[in-house]
Amino acid sequence: MSLTEDGNAQIAADAAIIHGVNPHIDDSLVPPQKEGVRISISTYLGPFVVFLLFIGFWEYMHRDGMRRFLDKNPSLLPSPVTVIDQAFLDSVVRKQLLEGLWWTTYAAFIGLAISVVIGMTLAVFMAQAVWAERSIYPYLVALQATPVLAIVPIIYSVFGGGMASRIYVVVMISIFPIVTNTLFGLTSVDASQHDLFTLRKATRRTRLYKLQFPSAMPAIFTGYRISAGLAVIGAIVGEQFFRQGQKPGIGIVMEQFRQKLRYPQMYGGLLVASALGIVVFFIFSWIGKLVVGHWHETTRRNS
Amino acid sequence: MAERTQSETVAPTMVTPMNDSVPAPALSFKGVSMVYPDGTHALSETSFDVRPGEFVTVVGPSGCGKSTLLKIASGLHKPTTGSVEVDRSKVGYVFQDATLLQWRTVQRNVELLAELDGVGKAERAKRAADAIQLVGLAGFEGKYPKQLSGGMKMRASLARTLVLDPSVFLFDEPFGAVDEITRERLNDEVISLFERQRFAGLFITHSISEAVFLSTRVLVMSARPGALVAEYDIPFEYPRRPELRFEPEFARLCGELSASLRGAHA
Repeated sequence: MSLTEDGNAQIAADAAIIHGVNPHIDDSLVPPQKEGVRISISTYLGPFVVFLLFIGFWEYMHRDGMRRFLDKNPSLLPSPVTVIDQAFLDSVVRKQLLEGLWWTTYAAFIGLAISVVIGMTLAVFMAQAVWAERSIYPYLVALQATPVLAIVPIIYSVFGGGMASRIYVVVMISIFPIVTNTLFGLTSVDASQHDLFTLRKATRRTRLYKLQFPSAMPAIFTGYRISAGLAVIGAIVGEQFFRQGQKPGIGIVMEQFRQKLRYPQMYGGLLVASALGIVVFFIFSWIGKLVVGHWHETTRRNS
Repeated sequence: MAERTQSETVAPTMVTPMNDSVPAPALSFKGVSMVYPDGTHALSETSFDVRPGEFVTVVGPSGCGKSTLLKIASGLHKPTTGSVEVDRSKVGYVFQDATLLQWRTVQRNVELLAELDGVGKAERAKRAADAIQLVGLAGFEGKYPKQLSGGMKMRASLARTLVLDPSVFLFDEPFGAVDEITRERLNDEVISLFERQRFAGLFITHSISEAVFLSTRVLVMSARPGALVAEYDIPFEYPRRPELRFEPEFARLCGELSASLRGAHA
């Protein structure tokens, strides 16, 4: 039973508005027009052109630019073709690079997982009261501001010279965005939505799970995405200082090639490391879109 | 919707009126004043009753403390002095904006308050379905708020409150943000709800025609600190047709109210 005399007629009338038949009825039943997702040539053309320019510039620097502008031996910057040939098409080198990729990914993901668990727990605690936030925040800022290099000896003495220390570096570098973004999400819930829960006498727990966490999801995923990128950087930075154990990450593999003056192989390692960063970033963007995309209104407009 | 019994709406301490034909107030402000911690004097010594089956609208200049009345009535704020007598378990609050949870579909949004009250899954789904039907949103159950227009969001918000089957309805300028035509449509909806359920309504607005169209009684509030300065009984019978808005008597009342409101502004 509809309140208005005839609900169906009303909806039919609204359908008429959508089709532009009668513009003199209210918008209360007309859903906003959905923007079509435009995937056209221009979506791919731009990135493709920039990629070609990048490769072209690289090749040019190898052939002429290194000598002309930098007065350096061109062999220090091998041609992209040489890199592909000697780093990726050589099965022994490829195996070394893939093993490096594996150990770097391993350190990055374990560290990131620890950051997520500790960071979100901290954020939930800090969201409970202003005093909690005030008490903890300075330490996070200090952690964020401390250069890894400065505390290498301390890390070494606590976690040793291998994988554990690398994971520690990853946590140290990647935890901050997770805490701040989660905290921001949890505490920036609309005041009248809070009132809604207050009126029904919702407990702190109910409020957290049914209001604050869902509302914070877009911010939380922004934090994950930023931290995932940092985790990869942290893993490679950690490898510069903590090389013990038979677990050579991509940073170590690259350093070994550099010492043997095998530049094409070293650049191959660099490409693999960048690719890892890009892949991780997109995986987290994609997961975020999957989780909140159907309800979250992004402010970003592509035109 | 379940039938409403008047005895439930009456606070136990309330004195039963001598005349049996006049029901005891469902909502009663007794000398309520409000000074916020920052020193804002929002409300001074305000007393009035809203009886079951009465639709009382408060009009006044913006910032005069109208919304404070509702915050106090619902228990969100505690008054500085005075008291409010109302059965809070039967109060429904319609917010200024729709305040839908963006991650929930219309159906799940409408179920929310019942869910928070611990109503079982099947029961609240059924109640929500009824409420959605009632506000004319059938067919949109699976949509997310971002897919709805402003008017549809307000309908969903209304349905969410209806699920509680409140006997006291508080409306905090609910249609302030929608366009005039949508507002009139939504007013028609509110009035048919009122005609059906005969709740005690307290409505806040700054639209005079909205006030006259909906109400049995209109209270005029002065600028801050808010105080009631005039009271108008609106004599029109229910059910009220949309055409009522074009009758001379309607226009006359609006004019009178407008004059009194201008006095309150000064």
